[in-house]
Amino acid sequence: MQTIYMDNNATTKVDPEVLGEMMPYFTDLYGNPSSMHRFGGQIGAKMVEARKRVADLLGCEPDEIIFTACGTESDNTAIRSALSARPDKKHIVTSRVEHPAILSLCKHLEKREGYAVTYLSVDESGNVDLEEFRKSLRDDTAIVSVMWANNETGVIFPVEEMATICRERDIIFHTDAVQAVGKVAIDLRKTPIDMLSLSGHKLHAPKGIGALFVRKRLPYRPFLIGGHQERGRRAGTENTAGVIGLGKACELAGQHIEDENTRVKALRDRLENGLLDIIPHARLNGDRQNRLPNTTNISFGYIEGEAILLMLDQLGICASSGSACTSGSLEPSHVLRAMGVPYNFAHGSIRFSLSRYNTEEEVDFIIENLPKVIETLRKLSPFSAEGDDGSSCTTPRSTE
Amino acid sequence: MWEYTDLVKDHFLNPRNAGTMDDADGIGEVGSLACGDALKLYLKIDDNGIIQDAKFQTFGCASAIASSSALTELLKGKSVEEAQKLTNKDIADYLGGLPREKMHCSVMGQEALEQALKNYRGEAGTVAEHQHEGELICECFGLMDEEILRAIKENDLKTVEDVTNFTKAGGGCGKCIPDLENLLAQAHGEKAACSVPEASAPPAAGLTNMQRMHLIEQVIDEEIRPMLQKDGGNIELVDVDRTDVYVRLLGMCAGCPSSQATLTGLVEAQLREKVDPEISIKEG
Ligand code: FES
Repeated sequence: MQTIYMDNNATTKVDPEVLGEMMPYFTDLYGNPSSMHRFGGQIGAKMVEARKRVADLLGCEPDEIIFTACGTESDNTAIRSALSARPDKKHIVTSRVEHPAILSLCKHLEKREGYAVTYLSVDESGNVDLEEFRKSLRDDTAIVSVMWANNETGVIFPVEEMATICRERDIIFHTDAVQAVGKVAIDLRKTPIDMLSLSGHKLHAPKGIGALFVRKRLPYRPFLIGGHQERGRRAGTENTAGVIGLGKACELAGQHIEDENTRVKALRDRLENGLLDIIPHARLNGDRQNRLPNTTNISFGYIEGEAILLMLDQLGICASSGSACTSGSLEPSHVLRAMGVPYNFAHGSIRFSLSRYNTEEEVDFIIENLPKVIETLRKLSPFSAEGDDGSSCTTPRSTE
Repeated sequence: MWEYTDLVKDHFLNPRNAGTMDDADGIGEVGSLACGDALKLYLKIDDNGIIQDAKFQTFGCASAIASSSALTELLKGKSVEEAQKLTNKDIADYLGGLPREKMHCSVMGQEALEQALKNYRGEAGTVAEHQHEGELICECFGLMDEEILRAIKENDLKTVEDVTNFTKAGGGCGKCIPDLENLLAQAHGEKAACSVPEASAPPAAGLTNMQRMHLIEQVIDEEIRPMLQKDGGNIELVDVDRTDVYVRLLGMCAGCPSSQATLTGLVEAQLREKVDPEISIKEG
C-alpha cells in the first residue's frame, strides 16, 4: 500500500540532499568543534556555512542565529530571556491559538511566577484584531509573542505590523515562525521583529535541531548555561550534523519557496475545492486567503475526527485532526474553539498539510476516497444535518 | 495513535448491527454532538423477554463505534434480566480492553442500554434525562453525582484522571475537579464529601475586618482568579469597605461584553457564598 503523507505541519521528510550533507558528520567527521585539534576544528568551517545559510533564508546576520534543539527550546529561550532582561516588567501578550510551546509556558509563568498574561482572541476566520492588540499593551509589558502562522489552520498573523507597534512602545517582540519559515518570504532586515523561532523538522531537516534569531544588541540572557558554545548564548556541545542539515534545508527552502507558493498551493486548492465541492456539510476552518500555501483544515459535520483519521489510515493516507479524541483530551482543538467553530463541526476537523513531495495523483486519490469514508461514518451517526446545530448537550454547557 | 486491540479495530472497521430499527421495543439515547460522542441503541425484545435483535447508531471515535458494536453483539440472545446486569467492563472485556482514556466509550454503552431497557419497560422516554435526584457535578458534560459515584464504585476508580477517563467529568473546563475529589473521597468512605475545604468555610460572621479581608482575598485568589484566567482574564482586588468589595477586571475580562455578568454571576456569587451573603461588588 502506498503512503500518502499530508501531515507536514507535524513533521516533514528529511530531504535526501540534507541527509547527504549530514552523513559525513556522523561517520568520518565526528570531531568536537570545540576541540583544539584540527580534526575537530575542521567542522567549524562547515558550521559557519550552515549559520550563513539559515541567516540568508531569514534575511539576517549569521551571528544573530543561535542553534537550539527545537522550536520549543527557541520559544522558551526567547520568552525567558526577555523576561529576565526586563525584570521590572511583569506582563506578557500572546494569543489564544499559540502552540503549547508558548501557551503552556505562559500558563506556567502566570500560575507559578506571578506574571500577568493577556491572551489575544481570534475571530471566526482565525485572525487577530490589531486594535485589540494595541489595547492589550501595557507599560509593564515585557514581551509580545505571537506566532507567524498557525499550525492548525495555516492562518498568517500580521506579525510585522505587531512588531512595529511594539517597537514604538519599546516592547520586545518574538514570533514563533516554526510553520512559516520556508513557506512565506521572510526578510528580517525589513521588520522590527526582535526574536524568531524556527524548527528544522518542519522544513525537511531532521528532528532535534532548531534555531533562534536574536536581533543584534537586543538584551539577551541564555537559557542553557555552561560552556562557551554559540558565543555563550546556548551552552552544550553542538548537534553538528543537525546544524549542517538545517543549513542545507534552509538553502533548499529558499529555492523551493516559489514552488511552495505556486505548485504546492495549487495542489492544496485542488484538494480543498475537490472535497468541499463533493462532500455536504463540510466547511473550511481559517481564512481562505490569508494563510500558508500548504495547509487546509476542513471540518466534516456530524462525525468525529479520530474515526475519519483511522479510516484514512487504512487507505495509507496520513493527516491529522483537531478532534479531542486523538489527543486524549475531551475538548476539541483550542484553536478551533477559539475561532468559535460549532461543536458539530469542531469534533470532525481534519488538517491536510502538504509539502513539495506531494503529487496530483495523491490529491486525486484522496478526493476519490475521502467522500466514501465520510459517507460510511455519517451512515453510522445518529445525527443528521437537519435541525441540529450541535449546540445542545444533554445538559447545557456552562462554558458556552 | 492509540493502541487499539485487533478486536477494537475490527469492530470499528466492520461494525456489527449498525443502523436503525423501525419497530424497536426499547430505544436508549445518550450523549450529544457537543459532548463529542453519542449513541442510540435499539432493542427488539420478544414476548419471553429475550433480546432478538439490537442495532445502534454512533457518533464518536473508533472506540465509541467499536463499543457500540460490541454491546449489540453481547445483547443479542440475552434475556432482559441478563442484559440488565451487563456493565461497561463487559463491553471493554469483550473487545480485549480499551485504552484507559477511552473507557468512557464503554460507559456510554452501558448507559444507553439502561435507558433502552427503561424505555422498554415504559418507565422512561428514549433520551436519558437527568430527572433523577442528585446534583449536577460536571456542567461541561452534564454529569450528575450519582452517575459519577457509580462509575467510581463499579470500576474502582482512584484518581480524578480515572474519573475523567471513565465518565468525561472534569475533561472540559475543569471547574468540577474539586467536586470530583469529594466524590472520590465519599466513595472510598472518607468523610470529606460533606466537609468543605477551608477556603469555602461558612460566611464570615464573627471575623475581624482584617480576617474578613483575607478571606475575600483568598476566595478571589483560589476560586475566582483561576476561572477568569482560563479565558485569558484576571481580576484585581482594589478595596473592601464593609460589604462593598471593589474589584477591577483585567486581561480578556476587561472590556468583555459580558463583564457585568462575570462580576455579578461569578465574582459576587462566589463571595456571597463563601464569605458573606451581603457582599456587593463594585468596579473600582
Ligand atoms: S464542569 Fe466539569 S469539566 Fe467543566
